[in-house]
Amino acid sequence: MKRILSLLLLLCALPAVAAVKVLATVPEWGALAREIGGERVDVMVATTAMQDPHRIEARPSLIARARNADLIVAAGAELEIGWLPLLLRESGNDRVQPGQPGYLEAASVVQLRDVPQTVDRSMGDVHAAGDPHLHLDPRNILLVAAALSERLARIDPAGARVYRDKLDHFTERWRAAMIRWEAEGASLKGCSFLQVHRSFGYLAHWLGMDVRGELEPKPGIEPGSAHLSNIVASQQNAPAAMILRAAYQSETAGKWVSEHTGIPLVTLPFTVGGTPQATDLFSLFDDTLARLKSAVKQP
Amino acid sequence: MRIRKRVVAWACVSMLAAPAWAEDASEHARLAAELAALREQIVQMQSMYERRIAALEAKLAGAAKAEPTEQAASSPQIESPPAPQVPYPASAKSGASSFNPEISLVLQGAYTNRKKVEDGHIGGFVSAGGDAHGEDQRGLTLDHTELVFAANIDPYWRGQTTVAVLDGEAEVEEAWFQTTALGHGTGIKAGRFRSGIGYLNEQHEHQWDFYGQPLMYKALFGDNGYSQDGLQLKWVAPLDTFVELGAEIGRGQNFPGDDRNLNGANSQALFAHVGGDVGISNSWRAGLSWLHTRAGARESDFETEHGIDVEGAFNGRSRVWIADFVYKWAPDGNPAQRNFKFQAEYFRRSESGNLDVDDGLYSNLWRTRQSGYYLAGVYQFTPNWRAGLRYDRLSSGWQSLGDNPADIAIVRYRPNRISTMADYSWSEFSRIRLQWSRDRSIPGLTDNQITLQYIMSLGSHGAHKF
Repeated sequence: MKRILSLLLLLCALPAVAAVKVLATVPEWGALAREIGGERVDVMVATTAMQDPHRIEARPSLIARARNADLIVAAGAELEIGWLPLLLRESGNDRVQPGQPGYLEAASVVQLRDVPQTVDRSMGDVHAAGDPHLHLDPRNILLVAAALSERLARIDPAGARVYRDKLDHFTERWRAAMIRWEAEGASLKGCSFLQVHRSFGYLAHWLGMDVRGELEPKPGIEPGSAHLSNIVASQQNAPAAMILRAAYQSETAGKWVSEHTGIPLVTLPFTVGGTPQATDLFSLFDDTLARLKSAVKQP
Repeated sequence: MRIRKRVVAWACVSMLAAPAWAEDASEHARLAAELAALREQIVQMQSMYERRIAALEAKLAGAAKAEPTEQAASSPQIESPPAPQVPYPASAKSGASSFNPEISLVLQGAYTNRKKVEDGHIGGFVSAGGDAHGEDQRGLTLDHTELVFAANIDPYWRGQTTVAVLDGEAEVEEAWFQTTALGHGTGIKAGRFRSGIGYLNEQHEHQWDFYGQPLMYKALFGDNGYSQDGLQLKWVAPLDTFVELGAEIGRGQNFPGDDRNLNGANSQALFAHVGGDVGISNSWRAGLSWLHTRAGARESDFETEHGIDVEGAFNGRSRVWIADFVYKWAPDGNPAQRNFKFQAEYFRRSESGNLDVDDGLYSNLWRTRQSGYYLAGVYQFTPNWRAGLRYDRLSSGWQSLGDNPADIAIVRYRPNRISTMADYSWSEFSRIRLQWSRDRSIPGLTDNQITLQYIMSLGSHGAHKF
């Protein structure tokens, strides 16, 4: 009997290195958690690149994941306001509530752009804290990576050294990649574009591109045909160089404007998994730049 | 120029402050990363300031007034550091107003064209009474206006209240607080709350996909669903599949029970939910619930075999079982453009006790076993348009009145109703709905009802459940 008991105890003691369970709300932060956490983390992502992160439902499967998570990495700035608060409440998991070490918002470590002066629902789905689509400026990725490494070390002190080393390694590779991307993207400077939703503000800022407007009349409001006709008319004299669309966004509006103006419609992965090429954070930027550049060359 | 100086000064302070963090010499690597991040921030700031300075210079060159630019130069946005240094910032926003509760107001109203019915209770079922909130009214009506306040109370509790405002009355639909920091998947809710039984029961009227609730809910609980004044314990199992178990005790003053003014709990409920995803596009939830209530003298109207109206008071217990199922589909799991929702619920209710008629002059035995269900499907085919179909059916089932000394007429009937609707949403906060129903819930009456309804949400509207 004693033998069996001690054997059981031994068995219980064996899996000493339990992986840190990370739940990322969007694919980019899931990919980053894999870079920084490596083998020590078990990453789940709540959404795919084909899903609009504003419009996700608090599905039972997501509640189950939030229940078991040690760390939730969210974009923040109200991007997930329609579902994440509910997940957190329904999960009954105290470790991942806002204000706890197990809750990290990317927006909390980055200076957000386009903070509206006034907020009113007549302006559509505006984000009062600023534009939450911050990951397409690679400099922001480094800020979030540092915060994520610190947070993982706090939750799993035994792996602190691993997270630090992984962060250093990642930072080094990322800096090298950024030099390459900036050289590649130099030709895009001053290049103007229309976008379906305000998804690419940070990308434009980083590359010095010129945002000429959105196809949506207001954030989160579907464009009607009258509105699109106005856009077509406004592009007659000095047309934008391209129309940008994230992989999850409907193609209809962009296609229509493209057909009536001749401006090429470019589908960008927007996040990891948005195109077959964008398999991690590095290839996300590689592919984004390649697609932008081929659109500029096209005419 | 002053701004440029400030940048340099800020950068110097950051550099000087940095070594102070290096309490441990072995943290060199981390420091390096932090320094790198800091440099990154400085580069960002610099580029931001350069842009702003350029903009300012351009403005200065063209502007007649110097004062507005001066104001812009000292705007708080410029001075704010790139990364806040709060240990675990909950959210990027801050400010005194963030202590205010989230306030939401829902405006609901309708135009209804239907037959005028004096006693509109469902055939073969005891009237559950309740307050119809204008649902049985004809013509242009204002349904109740729903006012919701919700906020975190402190790090441990969250509270919410929902008040339904109607002419000359304000009804507290919900007023509860719940734990936020208990952990282990556990949650406790106390106060007045919509019971967790069934699927639709927890949802407020503005969340319904059709005008008017399913006949099943009307027969079971009256017009407002089943609310508890009590305590709820919920637990989510630590599994990859969603498994949630819940238990409730309450005052049980609402139909099918009544207010017995006890020291103990007059109602008990248990429920279990399981759910998950199938592939990326499909998700589902299924549930089983049980509710037990007791009534001391639950009054309702009856008719005798001779056509005389009498009042009966039920004394006994009711047991309700509800099975519910919800399935949702969206291409690639992205419901923004197109999605489909199917829901179905089935109930069985058994009651046993006595029915006192004419103030106890006659005492009948009262035993019933009744059932019913509804099926509903809603398809969103563009971001703005949805269409739906719902079918309701109840069965008056088995009813026994013993020797029936009061000669109460037993009504055997299978009420049914079919409804079809189309709604348009300008955004997630505004919706207008047109619905047609063929209602056969009253024996011998077929009522074709047409309703045009609006639902408008003002303020910080909370997320809806699955």
